[in-house]
Amino acid sequence: MHLAYPAVLAALLFCTGLYGVLARRNAILVLMSVELMLNAVNLNLVAFDVWLRDALHAGQALTLFTIAIAAAEIGIGLAIVLMVYRNRGTSDVDRLRDTAERHEPGPDTPDGRPAPNHQSEVTA
Amino acid sequence: MSTTTLAVLVPLLPFLGALAGLLLGRSAPGFARPLAVLPALASAVLAVVVAVRQGGGEPIVASTQLTPTGSVPIDLALYLDGFAVLVAVLVGVVATCVQLYSTAYLREDPRYPSYAALVSLFTSAMLLVVYSGDLMVLLVGWEVMGICSYFLVGHYWETEAARSASLKAFLVTKLGDVPFLIGLFALATDAGSFRITKILDTVAAGGLDHPTLIALLLLAGVAGKSAQFPLHTWLPDAMAGPTPVSALIHAATMVAAGVYFVARLLPVFEASQAAMVVMAVMAAVTMVGSGLAALAQDDIKRVLAYSTIGQLGYMTGALAVGDRGAAVFHLLSHGAFKALLFLGAGVIIHAAGTNSLAAMSRMDGLSQRIPDAFWTMTIALLALAAIPPFAGFFSKEAVLVAAEHAAGGHTQAAPSAAGWLVLVAGVLTALLTAAYAARLWLMAFRGRGAAAPDHGKEPLAMTGVLWLLAIPSLGLGLAAGPIADWFDGNGLTPTPVTSVLGTGAAAVGAVLTYALWQRAAAKAATAPATATPAPGATLAAADQPPAVAAAVSAATAAAESAAETPEVAEVAHEHPAVPAGPAADPGRALLGPLHRHAADGFHLDAVYDRLFVRPVRAAASLVRFLDREVVDTYVSGAGAGPRLLGSLVRRAQTGNVQSYLSALLAGAVVLAIATAVLANVNAGS
Amino acid sequence: MSDLTPAATTLAAAATGHGFLSPTGVEIAFLLVGLATLGAAVVTVTTKQLVHAALWLVVALGGIAVEYLLLTAEFIAWVQVLIYLGSVVVLLLFGLMLTKAPIGRSPDADSNNRWVALGVALVAAASLVWVVVDAFRTTWIDLDGPAQGSTKVSGEILFQHWVLPFEALSVLLLAALIGAIVLSRRDAVAGPEDHPKGQQR
Repeated sequence: MHLAYPAVLAALLFCTGLYGVLARRNAILVLMSVELMLNAVNLNLVAFDVWLRDALHAGQALTLFTIAIAAAEIGIGLAIVLMVYRNRGTSDVDRLRDTAERHEPGPDTPDGRPAPNHQSEVTA
Repeated sequence: MSTTTLAVLVPLLPFLGALAGLLLGRSAPGFARPLAVLPALASAVLAVVVAVRQGGGEPIVASTQLTPTGSVPIDLALYLDGFAVLVAVLVGVVATCVQLYSTAYLREDPRYPSYAALVSLFTSAMLLVVYSGDLMVLLVGWEVMGICSYFLVGHYWETEAARSASLKAFLVTKLGDVPFLIGLFALATDAGSFRITKILDTVAAGGLDHPTLIALLLLAGVAGKSAQFPLHTWLPDAMAGPTPVSALIHAATMVAAGVYFVARLLPVFEASQAAMVVMAVMAAVTMVGSGLAALAQDDIKRVLAYSTIGQLGYMTGALAVGDRGAAVFHLLSHGAFKALLFLGAGVIIHAAGTNSLAAMSRMDGLSQRIPDAFWTMTIALLALAAIPPFAGFFSKEAVLVAAEHAAGGHTQAAPSAAGWLVLVAGVLTALLTAAYAARLWLMAFRGRGAAAPDHGKEPLAMTGVLWLLAIPSLGLGLAAGPIADWFDGNGLTPTPVTSVLGTGAAAVGAVLTYALWQRAAAKAATAPATATPAPGATLAAADQPPAVAAAVSAATAAAESAAETPEVAEVAHEHPAVPAGPAADPGRALLGPLHRHAADGFHLDAVYDRLFVRPVRAAASLVRFLDREVVDTYVSGAGAGPRLLGSLVRRAQTGNVQSYLSALLAGAVVLAIATAVLANVNAGS
Repeated sequence: MSDLTPAATTLAAAATGHGFLSPTGVEIAFLLVGLATLGAAVVTVTTKQLVHAALWLVVALGGIAVEYLLLTAEFIAWVQVLIYLGSVVVLLLFGLMLTKAPIGRSPDADSNNRWVALGVALVAAASLVWVVVDAFRTTWIDLDGPAQGSTKVSGEILFQHWVLPFEALSVLLLAALIGAIVLSRRDAVAGPEDHPKGQQR
């Protein structure tokens, strides 16, 4: 069998997953897209293992490990999403913007840096 | 101890005193007085011992080199000749007197410790200048004096006048010091050394390449320090300082330094006839101009300041005709009587509560209140006016004799034109000096009007010092014969022609002033009598508010009282208001239309303002404009660019993890493609 | 679906259209199953119904299991079916339900980032496919010979050569288990519920 078939399929699956990670709003759908990406990698691993005829079958072993790790990841990830949902009432990724720089000077900005900057801009 | 060791101790003791005073002044104020007086006294005694040991014989030269300084060596050198030891005695004595006087005069001043320490430092610097045998070391003392004068003139820095006066004194003397420094370097380059002995040897051998240039450059520094025209304007303003400081600056230190410096290096100046003529012109202009200005001043200290400028003109004149003996002799006697005059003026100001002569002339019995000051001031003024047999007569005659000598062409040192110039100006100034001395005496002590306020007896530290200084003012002239041996050996005794000329001029000036004063006083006495009959000539006029008298003669009184309110920062106690009114001022009649200009120092300050201050201000505002508008534009642009970029970049900081990730992955893809393309291109090539 | 499928088909056609290939039955089966898998994946990431996305994910993962079988890795294929289809998808469905995901069409399933995401994904796909095709144009997999992915072979290599990583993996799974339990416990309500809100304000 031509090696390009599984390789191209894996690449396309990976990019589909990539699109899902970047475009989906719901965190659980993002996790599904991550699963797609992991599976694309697994497909690559299996295909190259078969092609190389590796004595240790490192590709297949690693695939198994990846599957196990993916299962662990999905467990932890879902737990996190559940917790976020419980705390925020939503699991939309693009509403979790706590890392953004605040534009209005909050009364309790931790370092006090943005507030003076803002003030100086106003006066200037 | 050897003479050299003693001589080293002379400037060192006040220096150590100053250091100790500055360090301990705050923590141990009780030590301030002894630390001020004792080093000065000790150095005065040591200066006398050094003078006696030196005895006017061969110069004592000693030097040691601290460290090699390249092509032109700088030594710590002593050069003790007759001039140096006698001037040092004068400095020591005057400094001791000033320190003693200050303990009483500034007894309530909270800044007395630092003041006393600075006076000590000042004294030490002057003694260093006097004894130094190396021009670089001399320059150190010279500049230390400059900074000390800045601090001391600005002692009452709360007042605007003192602040600006101290700045002016500093800047104007520095203006002269810059060419002075260049001149010193030129001189040292030509002579190959900063040592005075070597320089004098070089000059004697004719080894000076640019004598005129060097002499003129040095002359600029001398004019700044010794307050000669055209750099004299700082001295009258320096009166804003405490009176003892004025005495110190005017009598023994600072202004004397310039004259003394020229006297030391007179051969350098003699090498250039042009420099001598310039010096003579400078002296003549200074003498006559300051005499006229002194006649028109109202502030007693400003009168004395202008008289100092005039007397320094005499000394410069003597140097211009090549007789440094006469110059230093006049320096010594002037130092004595001018210190006396200033310290006496301090007592008068204390007693009268004002600086203004016009105000004093309306006080009765000021002489009875302060008899010590009255008598000693009389002696000093007679000495200033060069009336025989006081000290001033002999020293001034020595100058006039030297000028006459040069005018007759009997000396190689100076051109006869310089001699004539100095002679004529000297005689004219003798007249003016006598006139303003008489005016000062008449207005201060012969005032008529309300009784002078009574502040009790002046302390002994002040009056005793006056009598102490009265002795040399009275008797230094008799020492003219022996002192001549300490100098170059030229006779310092007066000749009949010049005595008659000088004394005649002085007598004319004094008599004329007295006559004019009589007339003016009579007129002044009638004016208030006709105008204010109401209060009825009661002697309680002192209690009357000034408004009563001010109504008397509206225009003149208002103008005068405006002029009569100088800053009297040093008068601590309260004084009753002095009734204003027309004062009997002989100077006004004597000068006529010139009075207005003379009172303003011939508008020299205004001229300087036009010539220097305004262009400098304009240049400064131009620079400010360039800095604000041009340079700052770049600076603020450099700041605004990153700020703009920052605000743009900050907009990307949305907190949306997906957009971050998109950017990250897009970057990764771009990098991957770039790598692949580059690999292909490289493989293909 | 309409975005990616034409590109995939043309590429597949390009890969098969060259004359040196004589498509075998396995290749044709692989291609067809791959197309179905890809289509299911694309629907997964584009559909507006969240539960449908999970179901389409089942199709995609099952397709990948078939591909494993076609690549003679049978053990991995069954593991895939067991773990992914059996547990992961179930977990995801539970997650959807626990977060009260809307049943039916939700118009805001995609975020505003989708066009950027589409651009990045397309460029990445293009460059990856280009590189992969360029690299493995003349490479064939020999599927004949002894079985490579049978349960026996896999068990032998796993418990001969990969025992230590296998045991480490079990520790990792245990840690993940405990972590998930800790994270999703409900009785720690007082602490974590108030704390982030206070931080937010």
